Amino acid sequence: MPDPAKVRVATIWLSGCSGCHMSFLDQDEALIDLAQQIQLVYSPIVDIKVFPENVDVTLVEGAVANEDQQELLKFARVRTKILISLGDCAVTGNVTGLRNSLSNSPQATLTRAFIETADVNPQIPTDVPALLPKALPLHEVVKVDYYIPGCPPPAGLINWVIGRLMRGLPVNMEGRSKFG
Amino acid sequence: MSAGTVKLKIDNIEVNVPEGTMILEAARANGVVIPTLCDVEGLTAYGGCRMCMVEIHGSPKLFASCVTPVSTGMEIVTQSDKLKEYRKMALQFILSERSHICSVCVANNSCELQKLANELGVDHVQFEREWTSFPVDSTHDFLVLDRNRCILCTRCVRVCDEIEGVHTLDLKLRGKDEQVIVDLDDQWGESTSCTSCRKCAKVCPVGAIYVEGEALSETKDKNVAKFVLSRRNR
Repeated sequence: MPDPAKVRVATIWLSGCSGCHMSFLDQDEALIDLAQQIQLVYSPIVDIKVFPENVDVTLVEGAVANEDQQELLKFARVRTKILISLGDCAVTGNVTGLRNSLSNSPQATLTRAFIETADVNPQIPTDVPALLPKALPLHEVVKVDYYIPGCPPPAGLINWVIGRLMRGLPVNMEGRSKFG
Repeated sequence: MSAGTVKLKIDNIEVNVPEGTMILEAARANGVVIPTLCDVEGLTAYGGCRMCMVEIHGSPKLFASCVTPVSTGMEIVTQSDKLKEYRKMALQFILSERSHICSVCVANNSCELQKLANELGVDHVQFEREWTSFPVDSTHDFLVLDRNRCILCTRCVRVCDEIEGVHTLDLKLRGKDEQVIVDLDDQWGESTSCTSCRKCAKVCPVGAIYVEGEALSETKDKNVAKFVLSRRNR
């Protein structure tokens, strides 16, 4: 049931390894306090299919690598007050972006990954969303309000940023966050 | 005040330094920390990274403190909101120019670029990034040159020339195409001048030159300046 006293939080998993979500869960006992204050309205760890309306904070893990992800991110942006890039893939492209050095052509990338370097049964998958020419950091697709770099970002840092935002305090990452 | 001494103010502290001293040295000698990337004590100043920019009272311009000599009566500001913004922007330009991906880099956690980004609060790169695919030279027995991680600080070029005295390393091309080269743009493994001294790997602030199979914390001296000075004074 919606609880008007609680902050509505969503998390999204794009092209990333899920490590940032693991780090979110690594807040351990701090999650118990957090759960008193937030309502998780959309996430890979809850069973809600459509990104809801009126979300206060959305944490997004992973780079934008295909058309479906691009669509979801844009959809979420419209329905979210504060959107946060969570982790290096979302912030820089990171490992997901390694393919950007290879080529600007999705076909060439797929050929490299699924044909040229395949040991057995080389074939390009056809039942998946179309790749974008490059895997993009979120802020090259939508407006991003805050960035939490790290691969993964430390659990304590995620907790600190969410805590500051919920209390309406400024978030200054100086000396707190590192790439990688 | 003895002859040849210059009196000036750095962050409102009055200091006396010998004539000809660069602002960066004068600041350091008086305990004022200015961020740097290309500078190494003991090597010729280069003025390439723009991290050490300072304000000088009376001028609207910013000055690279490593290559600007002191003069009498100067009033220098080393920390301000304006400088912080410029340093953050310069650092983002460096990050955007090559494929800097910390999580797959040999220098992760011992990288000066990564450390400085953290200290300055650079939490993303506002410019579109170049995803470079420059050649990686791993033909040497143990030294590897990955140009995609290079920030063109020229520390390796200078240490090779000025300390080892062989000038194996240099640069080719300009702007974003600029690259470190070995001899006359040869493969490192075929170099006739390289003495395999590893000084380039020791001074590289990032993971562009490294020793294969060796932890970077082992390769790099904790205090690069001390290392270079000790070689210079031999």
